[in-house]
Amino acid sequence: MATTKVIRVLVAKPGLDGHDRGAKVIAHALRDAGMEVIYTGLRQSPEQIAQAALQEDVDVVALSCLSGAHNALFPKVAQLLKEQGMDDVLIIGGGIMPDEDIPFLREKGIADIFTPGTSLKQIVNYIKENVK
Amino acid sequence: MDFKKIQNEQTSWEQGTVKKTLERFGERKEHFKNGSNNEVKRLYTPLDTEEVDYLRDLGFPGKYPFTRGVQPTMYRGRLWTMRQYAGFGTAEESNKRYKYLLEQGQTGLSVAFDLPTQIGYDSDAPMASGEVGKVGVAIDSLADMEILFDGIPLDKVSTSMTINAPAAMLLAMYIAVAEKQGVDSKQLAGTIQNDILKEYAARGTYIYPPKPSMRLITDIFAYCTEKLPRWNTISISGYHIREAGATAVQEVAFTLANGIAYIEAALKAGLDIDQFAPRLSFFFNAHNDLLEEVAKFRAARRMWARIVKERFKAKDSRSMRMRFHTQTAGCTLTAQQPDNNIIRVTIQALAAVLGGTQSLHTNSRDEALALPSEDSVRIALRTQQIIAYESGVADTIDPLGGSYYIERLTNDIEEQAMEYIKKIDELGGAPEAIEQGYIQSEIHDSAYRYQNEVEKQERIVVGVNKFQTETEKPKGLLKVDPELEERQKEKLEALRKKRDQAAVDRSLKALRDTAKGSGNLLVPIVEAVKSYATLGEICDVLREEFGEYQGADIF
Repeated sequence: MATTKVIRVLVAKPGLDGHDRGAKVIAHALRDAGMEVIYTGLRQSPEQIAQAALQEDVDVVALSCLSGAHNALFPKVAQLLKEQGMDDVLIIGGGIMPDEDIPFLREKGIADIFTPGTSLKQIVNYIKENVK
Repeated sequence: MDFKKIQNEQTSWEQGTVKKTLERFGERKEHFKNGSNNEVKRLYTPLDTEEVDYLRDLGFPGKYPFTRGVQPTMYRGRLWTMRQYAGFGTAEESNKRYKYLLEQGQTGLSVAFDLPTQIGYDSDAPMASGEVGKVGVAIDSLADMEILFDGIPLDKVSTSMTINAPAAMLLAMYIAVAEKQGVDSKQLAGTIQNDILKEYAARGTYIYPPKPSMRLITDIFAYCTEKLPRWNTISISGYHIREAGATAVQEVAFTLANGIAYIEAALKAGLDIDQFAPRLSFFFNAHNDLLEEVAKFRAARRMWARIVKERFKAKDSRSMRMRFHTQTAGCTLTAQQPDNNIIRVTIQALAAVLGGTQSLHTNSRDEALALPSEDSVRIALRTQQIIAYESGVADTIDPLGGSYYIERLTNDIEEQAMEYIKKIDELGGAPEAIEQGYIQSEIHDSAYRYQNEVEKQERIVVGVNKFQTETEKPKGLLKVDPELEERQKEKLEALRKKRDQAAVDRSLKALRDTAKGSGNLLVPIVEAVKSYATLGEICDVLREEFGEYQGADIF
């Protein structure tokens, strides 16, 4: 019988932003969708997030930031993951970010960005379809 | 009133007229529920308010239990303070925005600090990277604060500062700027948020563990009683608890439970209830459910009055008076069709005014996308002005008082919130309930339920899960210059070179000594600020002495 591997996700809050309603709701929804979810808690540096991703051997890193620091922090996480050989990890992001920042973030290795109004189902499906 | 007769008539209406109509046209839903998950009935009548004793439960404005308002004439005397929360980038830019807002008829200032400032880091700290000047203004030292209030007479405006863990430090800077302007601290009017418990529970900008944090707070109470008698020493905040997902009932319950904890801490520190309680203030959210929100404000006022009088035996009626600021609900703003947000904000602002708020911030339409642009902020302020000057709702006090539905809801919210407070008391009080993660998990459960209701279209969000149209995203969003971080770091570097380092060292040592002992921390903090010690340096001394709080992560 074929077994499907359980998808492991790290939900992370880089930087100093304390808005974690969205991160926790998504963490909960991913868990309800059958994934294994680790939530870092607040105020994680990019280094701490990359470290946690490695230790937990995750397939997906979901970054949440509502403070406007995404352009500085998300690429840093992507770069560190790459440096430690985690090229195959699916990195996604969410929060308050203007459309014009999204191409920049994609270019830096964030697979996609989910802004306010995105449904939980959409995110669950996206992960299932895109995880490597 | 003949309740028996009304009951009979109501029964016959339900079994006759209503039943016939229902047979032909069903209602839109089987169950109508409000945001607190309570059933909303088809109709409210005098039977729903039978237990209301007018003099006991409602009374008169300006008198206990203040259900109908805290002032005897409310908005007939003076309108609420229109206070838009603002701040971004550098002190220079924010100073310009404040002057603009004052020119547009705003009547009080409300300072937004960036996250490094709120968490007590200098702009050049590694953790500050990428965050400088983003969600508010960057303040590293008194030098920045002098620029922030340049040309703004501090004896003429009242200033609210959203600052919590380092509230003492920012208040000290404000006092120092006033002194340079020749303004006596006794004349200063304003508010510091200073509410650490909700930071642990919902907002996240904590630094120190609960015990030393509570000491900082009660030290502020004591200091201000003597030196800043017109200052609101705390703004006990339900706003962020609601934004994190709580219902209206939970917002009231958790905020008041925190309020109880602050009173208990102050009493334990030897303060007299009637000395500090009149300066406690509150901060609530105004959400979409207009009538539930109005009832929430009324219930909160009555509950606080009863708690302070009955539980804490206050004698001065000013101690029992709940004064509060309101902000419209940021979490209801949509990135889709953002102009619709103007309408949401209008409904929410109306709830705040009908609920008797003392001051109000209206959100801008573009805040689900970015920091608000100047145009959007102006519309938000105009919204308040239209309610104030055109709608007529400010001309009589508590105009919805006596509505069967409003009075029933007011009673229900009080009853359900008191049940929560009882439960929190059983857990050992709010700090203990937060430590155990109880409050966080209650909030999270509500947030998750809300989101699932949206997913299942049980809750409609116009433009998001119904009535979607492709609209172009607005142009001209405010963008904080990424170069600013470097400039702020250079400014800080220059300050460190220019100042009298020996004086800084002395003042920081005095602070450390006080921290080790039990003296009032405000005294050495004011001195440290005046020596141009940076915010990060001051906070670091206390980090070394008090340690840092590690959050619990519950979902």
